[in-house]
Amino acid sequence: MPHIPLPDHLPGITGLLEYRLDTALPIRELTQILLRGESTLTPGERELIATLVSARNQTRFCTAAHTKAADLLLGEDETARLVKQDYETAPVSEKMKALLAIAARAQNSGKEVTPEAVERAKQAGATDREIHDTVLITGLFCLYNKYVDGMATVTPTDPAYYQQLGERIMKGYRRPEKGFPVRPTT
Amino acid sequence: MAHIHVPEGVPGIRSLVMYRPDTGQHLYALAQALLRNESPLSEAERELIATFVSALNDCNFCAGSHAAAARFLFGQDKDLVDQVIADYQTAPISDKLKALLTIARHVQQDARTVSDELVAEARRQGATDRDIHDTVLIAATFCMFNRYVDGLATLTPDPSAYEAMGERMGTVGYVMPSAPVPIDNS
Repeated sequence: MPHIPLPDHLPGITGLLEYRLDTALPIRELTQILLRGESTLTPGERELIATLVSARNQTRFCTAAHTKAADLLLGEDETARLVKQDYETAPVSEKMKALLAIAARAQNSGKEVTPEAVERAKQAGATDREIHDTVLITGLFCLYNKYVDGMATVTPTDPAYYQQLGERIMKGYRRPEKGFPVRPTT
Repeated sequence: MAHIHVPEGVPGIRSLVMYRPDTGQHLYALAQALLRNESPLSEAERELIATFVSALNDCNFCAGSHAAAARFLFGQDKDLVDQVIADYQTAPISDKLKALLTIARHVQQDARTVSDELVAEARRQGATDRDIHDTVLIAATFCMFNRYVDGLATLTPDPSAYEAMGERMGTVGYVMPSAPVPIDNS
């Protein structure tokens, strides 16, 4: 049960973002720009970073949601699964492996991102912007994971929930124009 | 030296938001909403939570700058900031704030360990839903900022630079830098 009263029909992060709208707005806008805005990394690649960080933080809600988003964006459900298992042997480019290695280090601590780890990414063709975005996505998902887990929000177990959520976040992270229904419609 | 080409001579988060202002504006908006908008926790108390988490993450820039902001906002009680960094359990702060700092510490380490017992203890000491929510979100947010600042190896200025920074944070708040501001070591 969540540590504070949150609406039953808005599990995970959704109910939290509705609880305090003034802080939710910049969090949503930041996510929209970072994961869906203009970038040389595809939205699918950026969702893989979010998935890996959430899996390493063992936040089941975020891991399931972003795995689904990555699957939908990539059009297959193997890559995200293999990235979580071992990104060094997953079917992604050398550049993505190096960026995922940076994400894995930053998930633990910013101080673990060594010059060698950054050099590996640059050698594999990563730009400053890609390295920057990888570190900021990692930081943002540490925020999300800790927010969701620290408030003990509900993690749905029905795969259909994540299918629906994945389809929604595939389109973006902004709040629906009219907000969320106050009560479940079904 | 920073891992990417950020404006030279500009410290910490400021160099990063100047590097990518479109994401930076939302990071500053989040800090402003979280640390300055209406909350049952005072601005000084919220800066103290930010300082405490940044110190646990060993992020010298964030710990130094937010400690300076907290000292400025606590005024004549400013000594408690360093006492909290040294050992919050024996620092001259309320039992409620101690219980909230314990929650923040668990969020920083592994947010899944924020137990019902820790939350019940905070409530026994007078904490409300919003106190608990804001504490968890501040702790999670600084886990993002700390990773961003250290993960890209930004400039950590000389200790003498923080007092002026703290006064700016305590008076004007979190406003995006418009042009490179060299560090004043005089």
